[in-house]
Amino acid sequence: MVKLISKIPDGPLAQKWTKYKASVKLVNPANKKKLEIIVIGTGLSGAGAASALGELGYSVKNFCYQDSPRRAHSVAAQGGINAAKNYQGDGDSIYRLFYDMIKGGDYRAREGNVYRAAEVSNEVIDHYTALGVPFARDYGGTLNTRSFGGVQVSRTFYSSGQTGQQCLLGAYSSLNRQIKNGNVTMYPRREMLDLVLIDGKARGIIARNLLTGEIERHAAHAVVLATGGYGTIYYMSTLAVNSNASAAWKAHKKGAFFANPSFVQIHPTCVPQLNEFQSKLTLMSESLRNDGRVWVPKTKGEDRAANEIPEEDRDYFLERRYPAFGNLVPRDVASRATKERCDAGFGVGETGLAVNLDFRDSIKKQGKKAIENKYGNLFEMYKTITGIDPYEEPMRIYPAGHYTMGGLWVDYELMTTIPGLYAIGEVNFSDHGANRLGASSLMQASGDGYFILPNTINNYLADEIRVPKISTDKPEFEETEKAVVERLNKLISIKGKQTASSFHKRLGKIMWDYCGMIRNEEGLKKALVLIRELKEEFWRDLIVPGTYSELNMELEKAGRVADYFELAELLVTDALNRNESCGAHFREEFQTPDGEALRNDEKYTYVAAWEYAGEGKPYIMHKEELKFEEVEMKVRSYK
Amino acid sequence: MKLTLKIWRQKNAKAKGTFVIYKMDNVSPEMAFLEMLDSLNKKLVEEDKDPVAFDHDCREGICGSCGMYINGHPHGPVPAITTCHLSMRYFKEGDTIWIEPWRAKPFPVIKDLIVDRAAFDKIQIAGGFISVNTGAAPEANSILIRKKKSDDAFDSAICIGCGACVAACKNASAMLFVSAKISQFALLPQGRIEAKERVKAMVEKMDEVGFGNCSNSGACEAECPKQIKLTNIARLNREYFKAY
Amino acid sequence: MSKVLFSSISKKFVMALAGLFLLTFLPVHLIINLMLLKSDPEPFNEAAHFMATFPLVKIIEIALIGAILIHIGWGIFLQIQNWLARPVGYVSGNKSETSFFSRFMIWTGASIFTFLVLHFFNFYFVKLGLVAGNPEDFYSLAHNLFKIPAYNYIYLVCFSLLGFHLYHAFSSAFQTFGLNHRLWTPVVKVVALIYAIVLPAGFAFISITLWLFR
Repeated sequence: MVKLISKIPDGPLAQKWTKYKASVKLVNPANKKKLEIIVIGTGLSGAGAASALGELGYSVKNFCYQDSPRRAHSVAAQGGINAAKNYQGDGDSIYRLFYDMIKGGDYRAREGNVYRAAEVSNEVIDHYTALGVPFARDYGGTLNTRSFGGVQVSRTFYSSGQTGQQCLLGAYSSLNRQIKNGNVTMYPRREMLDLVLIDGKARGIIARNLLTGEIERHAAHAVVLATGGYGTIYYMSTLAVNSNASAAWKAHKKGAFFANPSFVQIHPTCVPQLNEFQSKLTLMSESLRNDGRVWVPKTKGEDRAANEIPEEDRDYFLERRYPAFGNLVPRDVASRATKERCDAGFGVGETGLAVNLDFRDSIKKQGKKAIENKYGNLFEMYKTITGIDPYEEPMRIYPAGHYTMGGLWVDYELMTTIPGLYAIGEVNFSDHGANRLGASSLMQASGDGYFILPNTINNYLADEIRVPKISTDKPEFEETEKAVVERLNKLISIKGKQTASSFHKRLGKIMWDYCGMIRNEEGLKKALVLIRELKEEFWRDLIVPGTYSELNMELEKAGRVADYFELAELLVTDALNRNESCGAHFREEFQTPDGEALRNDEKYTYVAAWEYAGEGKPYIMHKEELKFEEVEMKVRSYK
Repeated sequence: MKLTLKIWRQKNAKAKGTFVIYKMDNVSPEMAFLEMLDSLNKKLVEEDKDPVAFDHDCREGICGSCGMYINGHPHGPVPAITTCHLSMRYFKEGDTIWIEPWRAKPFPVIKDLIVDRAAFDKIQIAGGFISVNTGAAPEANSILIRKKKSDDAFDSAICIGCGACVAACKNASAMLFVSAKISQFALLPQGRIEAKERVKAMVEKMDEVGFGNCSNSGACEAECPKQIKLTNIARLNREYFKAY
Repeated sequence: MSKVLFSSISKKFVMALAGLFLLTFLPVHLIINLMLLKSDPEPFNEAAHFMATFPLVKIIEIALIGAILIHIGWGIFLQIQNWLARPVGYVSGNKSETSFFSRFMIWTGASIFTFLVLHFFNFYFVKLGLVAGNPEDFYSLAHNLFKIPAYNYIYLVCFSLLGFHLYHAFSSAFQTFGLNHRLWTPVVKVVALIYAIVLPAGFAFISITLWLFR
């Protein structure tokens, strides 16, 4: 039985990180050049880590599946990035940011890690500013902030609605500098297809060149995964359509434990599905609910246009069910209520999977100009996508999968259970517990990449300085490559009738219906059966044209979907194991009489880290008990 | 809707390409353009045929992956959007749609509608950065920047690197792309320190990889999905003269 | 150093500089030509004589010839580079909204060059003694020439092409020099429009008057 050691340093919370940095082992500059590190992914964490490690003098190989590192999905983050600068003098501090994250995560995250994330947040803002990221400013020339979801201070730095893009381009620029200096070698359009272990340590990867199909071996002294979340398991989500969990999943199957996979955040206000071929749900800022009223028709099968439905035939269901908060109930509550109405058959639009978000009354009251000033951009974007003018007709919205709090288990040093394999950014589980607060994903990804990993990885590499350059001719590479090719051939040789995407879509529906916003034991058990059936059908009836030794986008998709079938089972298994409702994980059986999440701290104050036991064998769960020394556990309430 | 697609198909970089005609029935006006292509590809794959290859990722207009030349315009006939935001509502029953890859010597076709835009990365690597090491940054508010300047820098910084400017330019010039990055850094005090080295290096690389020359015709500005302005090019020119 | 001189931006700069220099000559030419409208040939012939003999004008003349050569040479060089930058064109054409005349600069330019050769045969080479004629009486030379309708047609077409060329050239040069301003650029565009209409129209007015009314 593996014992999970979180390696949290001793001492008071506020001094753990300082103390750690002061006592950790170092690698001398001459040795750094000889040590190779592979970084998979070029988002804020990946590009951040690759450039910081390059600056230190390590030989870094950076991989991404996109044609350029600048396109990693961090680019799409809108709202902002948190930091405990207290520029507003509104009482913010590192401790408060830490506290908000712990509370927001519903007491399912590790204190030491979260405090550190809050601590480095200030350095992240300094660094991005120095890199030329144009954050919003005040007239006096200082940086501006705004407040964001569920906190009482204004600590979110932003660049209009494109903060992720601006931060990512900052990270991309620092990465470019290291590429120019020769410290980082960039491998775009590569997909990691497996991890290579030598004597139990992560020593390299097998990658496929997506342009030529060539299978490549890359060796290194350590491997860093910065591959993002698995939100596309729902098929449609706010994620990029090619985002995937395959690298993390391959690492998991090689021995990296997967923690809290069922913690998935669903965002309530997204552009809904408009047709059966839709591939993507675009996020619309949550702020719209400040002035928009959410409603559905009172009668099923209503065929009048929204504007022709009189007041008495409208059901403002959020205002009806939650008279105190109305349209401003928290994300998870709004999402669940929306789903409930649509499932009951009251949804609007062609698919019936949408509700109205109506600005008619606000426009009447405040004037069109006032609404335009607040939401002009968003209305424009909505109109571009849907063709509906929100000034004239209600918007249609529906919740969508957004962020995965779960991920590879890591210790304080961000190392997984495989020595030499690190996980940073969204791909790890560490900082958000059961629910992530707005504007903290950019913060965590950047902190992990730029400021944490480049310190902690030394502790491992200091013992590796005597290991010479690792040869890719070793039998371990040989075997892993063979297995990779076998699997690719297997996918191609099925020659069935259904495309990878159509399976993905069906898998997504199962996950959405039974393991989305609302879960219950019966549904989850049913989901397990359905997933297994569909998986069996997939391996029997998939069609992938072409070969693996050429550009083959269908093959890429098929590989990712195949991995999702396996991850889906684990996700459901984890949801089934956690007999409580906490954060984004809502089990119908566990709720207060007024429908709020009901935690079970006595039994479930732990991280569920799952070990892969082999094909067809049940997963083994390892518990990392969470100890709260600083924070007292309370019922999360925003009322 | 019934549509006729004429799509450039090219097996690989070396193969000779040609337009292939696809008749589409049942195109819903609610579809996004890329979803219409998804539906075509689904059909092709089910027939065990090679699907049309095109780049795409975020599908919300920010990653810059997608880009096709549709009926004489990069990203299609609707201004200020990327291909992924183009809706089929803008087409009519019976329309013929020509779909071509970006055409420029520095953007060679890889397959069908996919081109290699590594030339853009090369220009950025040459100098599109501010040289500051992690941990060496001063306190963020110690750098004061006039709001107007900062906002202007942001307006230049929103370039998504899709390449529509090059695709639209009759000379396949990359001046708008390069000028956006130069402008962002030129406007900020952090970027001024190495402004001269940056503009020299980036322009030199831009010329080296084979982009054409700017003749101020403004097609780039008209087609840029992020509405990057021609004033950036003027600033690039100024910065370049200042550097010598 | 060659990197600087031959960078795309420098080439454009030289092109624009030479072009602007040529632009300054046209008003002088027009003012002198206006004297053709007088019934007395003396003032015009005197002005022509002055232009042909005054030493400073001689120097400027050489500079003008140099500017023409550079403008043409660089123009062709840039255009070839531009064509090479897109070896395969678009089948669906290029429908982007652009400044209309900018698309045809090489063609309007080439036409103007052809016209210039003709114009030189008509007048300039007479002065140099390369073509038969009396270099002391350009007044009669002009009056006789524009009595021939064919010349008028050719000249009129070329004046319009010159206008198209000038319109884009004028504002484009400012942009190339890096002078783009929220307030002043629209003004430059208006001035360019006026310049591009008034100058060719002035030349046309003179040729039509000589043809039909003298």
